[in-house]
Amino acid sequence: MGKPAIGRTQLSPHVVAAGAGARSLDRMIHERLRLGIVSALSVNESLTFRDLKKILNTTDGNLSVHSRKLEDAGYLTCEKRFEGRLPRSEYRLTERGRAALENYLTHMEALIRATRQQ
Amino acid sequence: MAVVRPIRKDSPDPIGLHTQAMDNLRFIRSAMENAGPFTAVPGVGGMLMGATAVFAAFAAHLGKSSHAWFAIWAGEAILALAIGLAFAYRKAIRNGTTLLSRSFRRFVLAMVPAVFTGALLTYVLYRAGLHGMLPSVWLLLYGVGVSSGGAFSVRVVPIMGVSFIAVGTVAALAPLAWTDPLLALGFGGLHIVFGFEIARNYGG
Repeated sequence: MGKPAIGRTQLSPHVVAAGAGARSLDRMIHERLRLGIVSALSVNESLTFRDLKKILNTTDGNLSVHSRKLEDAGYLTCEKRFEGRLPRSEYRLTERGRAALENYLTHMEALIRATRQQ
Repeated sequence: MAVVRPIRKDSPDPIGLHTQAMDNLRFIRSAMENAGPFTAVPGVGGMLMGATAVFAAFAAHLGKSSHAWFAIWAGEAILALAIGLAFAYRKAIRNGTTLLSRSFRRFVLAMVPAVFTGALLTYVLYRAGLHGMLPSVWLLLYGVGVSSGGAFSVRVVPIMGVSFIAVGTVAALAPLAWTDPLLALGFGGLHIVFGFEIARNYGG
């Protein structure tokens, strides 16, 4: 009695590496809105809550939750102050946040290269 | 013995991964471009444009004839355009983009109708000898252009546009003797103040 034939296609090392790369992605900025926040801040010295809301076309609640997560992870800083009677939150990307975005971009490019080589 | 076959064949080409990675890169680019107006409008260039406008206002005020006055302001407009483009280019390069980025194109395209109308009215009014109307037309239409372009930008840009419209309105109603001070206030003062604000908060 022979071994059962399992019709499995052999994956190339490139694709296996790409899959491993995908698994090691930074989950903190893989989420769409958080990725958008970090990307927008990467080309600006600072942005206010209102600016980010307009750029990313999102709600106060969503932006608030995700910016807080990024802040807790040390990817951005938030400076709160008052302009007259109006509160103003100003966000800046930290070195850690910038490095995370660069790593993420490197990951994405590596994934694309790997799947193209296949 | 029965042969076990997979219901779904593994694909040697993980299209999902590739597509998702491309999609993510497009999203990052789009987020950066949408945030681009903050970087596309050059604050330092605006301040320099303001400084040359103040000098132009002094020179034009001392001018002997209305032709000399017009020539000085026409020269200033060309100089300001060159400064604006040069500093926008410098800023785009510093931020790793180009003047062809979507955000900068949108800003420029939104300004084009007002600038074209301003140029046409300048020609018509100058030919008709109505020099006194030119300052308010310039200030108003420049304000309209900046407000339109600023619709895709941070709040400070449309506020600058509205400020130009306000000064233009005053120029339309004020005595002719106020022309050069109002042009200095508008093209000089407003460019310097808002340019400083943009340079300080939005990367140069």
